[in-house]
Amino acid sequence: MRTKQDNEQSNRHRPVKQATSIWRDPWWISSLPFLLFLAIPLVAMLLSISPGQLIENLSKPQVRQAITISLKTTTITTLLTIIFGTPVAYILARRQFPMRRAIDTLIDLPIVLPPAVAGVALLITFGRQGVIGGWLSDQGIHIAFTQIAVIMAQTFVAAPFYVKAATIGFAAVDAEIEQAAAIDGAGTWQSFRHVTVPLAWAAMLSGAVMTWARALGEFGATILFAGNYLGRTQTMPLAIYIGFELDLDVALTLAAILVVLSFLVLFVVKGILQRELYAVGR
Amino acid sequence: MKRRKVIGLFLLALGFLIVGCNPEAGADERKEQEVIVFAAASLAEAFTEIANQFEIEHPGSTVVLNFAGSQQLTHQLSQGAPADVFASANKQQMDAAIETGRVMEGSQQPFVRNQLVVVYPASNPGKLQNLTDLAQPGLRLIVAAPEVPAGQYAQSFLSAAGQNDSFGPTFRNGVLDNIVSYEENVRAVLSKIALGEADGGIVYISDLNGQAARQVGSLAIPGELTMVADYPIAPVNNSDENDFALSFIEFVLSNQGQEILQSFGFLPVRSSQ
Repeated sequence: MRTKQDNEQSNRHRPVKQATSIWRDPWWISSLPFLLFLAIPLVAMLLSISPGQLIENLSKPQVRQAITISLKTTTITTLLTIIFGTPVAYILARRQFPMRRAIDTLIDLPIVLPPAVAGVALLITFGRQGVIGGWLSDQGIHIAFTQIAVIMAQTFVAAPFYVKAATIGFAAVDAEIEQAAAIDGAGTWQSFRHVTVPLAWAAMLSGAVMTWARALGEFGATILFAGNYLGRTQTMPLAIYIGFELDLDVALTLAAILVVLSFLVLFVVKGILQRELYAVGR
Repeated sequence: MKRRKVIGLFLLALGFLIVGCNPEAGADERKEQEVIVFAAASLAEAFTEIANQFEIEHPGSTVVLNFAGSQQLTHQLSQGAPADVFASANKQQMDAAIETGRVMEGSQQPFVRNQLVVVYPASNPGKLQNLTDLAQPGLRLIVAAPEVPAGQYAQSFLSAAGQNDSFGPTFRNGVLDNIVSYEENVRAVLSKIALGEADGGIVYISDLNGQAARQVGSLAIPGELTMVADYPIAPVNNSDENDFALSFIEFVLSNQGQEILQSFGFLPVRSSQ
């Protein structure tokens, strides 16, 4: 008797075992429309281009340049986000201060704002007539219409995903463990490097990947702030939008690559994280 | 029993969704006096005014306006978007619409003309005095992408100038080297010039009204160097209100319609006016 009860209790929070076919499960049936709504357009787009066409389009310099620029800028964006976003995530998780909620909200803002707003704001600030851009321009430094502008636009829009995830990760680490390390003589960096990061890496990784994926898809802020120049600022989303107006094949090829790449990366990282969570659960 | 209820409710919701989204159902509800006009983005202000006047002249009528890049409008037409009139910014996109079968060959006619002009920020940071200055090294220029009509016209201006003695053969490459961005539409060029982000750009004369015009200076491009852009207009096929579509086109071509277009900087299509 007792064993049975224990089993029931421990099963409470686990997914219910699937006894019947999904076609008889009302939850499954009512989930289908939403799943199909997401899947059908993406699959239809992938099917609309033949593998032969895809490979042929891949040899076009315009397509290659767009892919190269996208991979280069999103990698730099993600690294910069980790470097500059980690301290912010840490103070949000560990420090109590008067403006905490305001800063937390500030970090939410780029997620909900239209990227075009980010683009206009960056242009007004770092453009030639801008508060900071005007001064830089006097020094002979131009940011707008360069790859630096692409990276800034991506960072502005995508960094909050990492900061939010890392904040949750750091907050989940018991502060007493860090204090114990400090008592044992670990410095700020040592304690962070050897105690906090090993315990919070899963959250940091999933945040960094979300930032990378969001940066890869960034369009609105980029086209406003960095403009569109083949081989310099034309990322994949820009090439898709411009290509839609002239060369639909190029647009479809890049769109297909973007969908497959994003799916694979998110899928693999989810697998890693799930294994990590399972290990922790045990 | 519970399961059936959930499924029943769900199917009911789905049913409402389908009825609500059915384009046919929407078409039946269309008012008799409604005319849907697809017009190029550069016509936005002028056609809004024309629509207002048309509605006054034809009581009970409603003009529904859809503005976008001409190529986007053609895509929408080819996908079966409901429309009665198509006004394109160039011949190519009208031809593309004819190819899709939505516009009948021969029914299109030019209704207005447009010309290119070089614009610079009011403070003139590049110290542009005349068109040849555009090739001076170190300038930062922006133009529309070659994919959009304004960008095509800009490219043909550069080619024409390159063959002209007063510009010289190095002019075209000099200008191309100075271009820092190919914007996805012509209004974005104007906005960025107005913000002072570049030293110069190429837009339509008709773009030079409203607020942006006060923030920029302009250099005229001689008529022989810039291909004059003829805007064609045509009724859209299989529109069940073709009569009304025709009277809208008639109004655009009338003296009143042409005057409104001219007040927004367009050039008349008929020499008599």
